[in-house]
Amino acid sequence: MVLPSLLKNCLQLSCILRTPKAGFRSTTSGGLIIQSVSNDVYQNLAVEDWIHDHMDLENQQVLFLWRNSPAVVIGRHQNPWQECNLRLMRQKNIKLARRRSGGGTVYHDLGNINLTFFTTRKKYERMANLKLVVKALKALRPQLEVHVTDRYDILLDKQYKISGTAAKLGRAAAYHHCTLLCNADKFVLSSVLKSPYKGIKSNATPSVSASVKNLFEEDPSLTSEMLLDAIAEEYAMQHQIDHRITLINPADETVLPGISNKTKELQTWEWLYGKTPKFSVSTCFNMVYKDSVLDVEVDMDVKHGRIDACNIDLPEQWLPPALCSELMKNLTGSKFCPNETTMLMTALLRVCPQDDELHSRWNLLCENLTMLM
Amino acid sequence: VCVHRVRSYGSIGFVKSKYVCVFDKSAVKFSHQQRLFRTSAVSCGQIVQFKLSDIGEGITEVTVKEWYIKEGDSVSQFDSICEVQSDKASVTITSRYDGIIRKLHYNVDEIAFVGKPLVDIEIDASKGVAPEEDVVETPPMSHEEHTHQEIKGHKTLATPAVRRLAMENNIKLSEVVGTGKDNRILKEDILNYLAKQTGAILPPSPKAEIIPPLPKSETVPAAPKDKARKIPVPVSRPIVFSGKDKTEPVTGFQKAMVKTMSAALKIPHFGYCDEIDLTQLVQLREELKPLAQLRGVKLSFMPFFIKAASLGLLQYPILNSSLDESCQNVTYKASHNIGVAMDTEQGLIVPNVKNVQVCSVFEIASELNRLQSLGSAGQLGTNDLTGGTFTLSNIGTIGGTYAKPVILPPEVAIGALGKIQVLPRFNGKGEVFKAQIMNVSWSADHRIIDGATMARFSNLWKSYLENPASMLLDLK
Repeated sequence: MVLPSLLKNCLQLSCILRTPKAGFRSTTSGGLIIQSVSNDVYQNLAVEDWIHDHMDLENQQVLFLWRNSPAVVIGRHQNPWQECNLRLMRQKNIKLARRRSGGGTVYHDLGNINLTFFTTRKKYERMANLKLVVKALKALRPQLEVHVTDRYDILLDKQYKISGTAAKLGRAAAYHHCTLLCNADKFVLSSVLKSPYKGIKSNATPSVSASVKNLFEEDPSLTSEMLLDAIAEEYAMQHQIDHRITLINPADETVLPGISNKTKELQTWEWLYGKTPKFSVSTCFNMVYKDSVLDVEVDMDVKHGRIDACNIDLPEQWLPPALCSELMKNLTGSKFCPNETTMLMTALLRVCPQDDELHSRWNLLCENLTMLM
Repeated sequence: VCVHRVRSYGSIGFVKSKYVCVFDKSAVKFSHQQRLFRTSAVSCGQIVQFKLSDIGEGITEVTVKEWYIKEGDSVSQFDSICEVQSDKASVTITSRYDGIIRKLHYNVDEIAFVGKPLVDIEIDASKGVAPEEDVVETPPMSHEEHTHQEIKGHKTLATPAVRRLAMENNIKLSEVVGTGKDNRILKEDILNYLAKQTGAILPPSPKAEIIPPLPKSETVPAAPKDKARKIPVPVSRPIVFSGKDKTEPVTGFQKAMVKTMSAALKIPHFGYCDEIDLTQLVQLREELKPLAQLRGVKLSFMPFFIKAASLGLLQYPILNSSLDESCQNVTYKASHNIGVAMDTEQGLIVPNVKNVQVCSVFEIASELNRLQSLGSAGQLGTNDLTGGTFTLSNIGTIGGTYAKPVILPPEVAIGALGKIQVLPRFNGKGEVFKAQIMNVSWSADHRIIDGATMARFSNLWKSYLENPASMLLDLK
């Protein structure tokens, strides 16, 4: 990872996090700017959690700068099957992450920068933060036509979205984070953010899609580093602090005790998929088998990412009815996951009659069912 | 210090520094009683309506997205109650009281209103209610941190832990005499204060879990009567163990495994074990590894084990067969689809290498690489996971010597390979030398396979591996 600015210092974060002696006005800064040395989306989200849970923001606010290698980040209450192409992401090794803040789905890669503004809950102010970003952009390139909408987006040339916002409010602390498109891969972005899954009915927060543009397209001389520096400078000015960016390593347990547990939790299946609000899938598809086309109808209720109820309608006698009901019984309670379904169905095949015809039909059904997940 | 902040958004309700009064003052009286113990949690509480507090930015309604508690649960102050969402902001609502949840006013996905009741909490009247002022939150940092707390004009020095203890026992810090440095209030001061009030010896923290009664056999036996001296009886302090049993349903793939393994155990297994001297094979692999690497393939021992097994199956095809359910017919499978047991996050999976009988050792290695990377990514397909005819399980990579593997139906045999150990052995001249020894444990279906067949197959397999050059004679 490139560390261009000579002003960046790697300080022991613990000396900055000590709560100042109460009753005294803090002699240290009223603000702190930190940047992550990691591009791992889970580690970086864990840093946000850590700061939210452990830092005293009463006397200093924090700006956290971070970038991730390719990942799709969904909001706290969203449905990943509804929001993105999980199949394509698995093939391309693009990670899925679920953040703790609300809002919609975004695509991150190294051409996108993330900014998190930490304050106490009382000082939570999204508009002010976004105007700070716009001010920084205009200071860097006065000819840029950027403004903040009342939906908390930043638009370029009044039509292209270059930044989306989300926020998390806790008991005493709050954070507002936003993206900023510098030079992201728009082709990958649009292909992973399009869900191929049909027939989903859900109350999860839907995303509002928008046309996007990279700042780089408007002005090829701009880089992510320049933008990060400009925003840090503006933040430093507004908070009357040193323009000094402290680097932090999200893997350092001594500086951030408990961070590895937070990182692990963000990667568990229960968090990523299990937190999906309940939804139902009702769809039908065709299967081609030996010169005939079969109609299959599938209805499933998915709760906490697991199949709560399931019904598969196949042409009569295409598979032995006893086997069909055994399949549906086993799918109930199973994860709504292609790998789990494949493992389940191939294991069940071992105790079926050893008939090649049956095996190829079963495998065909399995392949088609996993396409829904 | 001039703080420059742009604020042009016309929001109406700025968050005040004090919480807006959230309950009917007439309903609850702030009690000063110093009762330590809750006698009955159920009927002597007051129901308090916990209203949804101001979110900021002039927001008046939110959507309830997830409840963390249900009616009947007990909560402590600061426990999370629910998650609500408003306009891209997700808010965690935490409890202001200790008590029991009596009513949830909204279902998931319903709109909740700021200032209106969110949940009803039954609080213990003797404990009183939390002060109206927002307690300044100090994050749980080192215990050396001290904070001032202004309570009704008194500045009292106490650590967060001590403040909590005082709050739990309904003690006003201003009434406690501090004996620490700078009149700091220490934990002992709180305990002494309480002892003075009740005249009792204090038990450990009132939040201790209920301890299940020890079964009679585990109680400390009385001192044997023939011992003259008296053993002092220790003051019994209840041992607090807060772990709980956790019951989960068996679902999905695990459920299918239950079925498969139950079927497997219906097969009458017999075992046959042996040790293999891999000294020559180890050397051969060292020579071939870089060649395979040049072709982009990682070469382990498995491709050799798999190929040798296939050569053995050519001589003893009954080990590559399948017995039908009624045990009427045996089907000799033409393809040697040799399964390799893999341990993944999801559990045990057994993908197989197809048609080993026509594959070279290199081709097998290449295929294994493909299956291994798909397996660890959780992307194995049905074709790779079905159609196996014979299985090898390299448990030795984790550890172990001898094992008792379970046959995977509809197959009739399986081999478990232990770890390779360097052990002293005698050579033909009676000299001791360093040998690379690996153990193999076979299991086979005794309904159609007899011990002699298994032994001869194992000997043939062993001879190929102990003298790899001999494989060249029989490779097709």
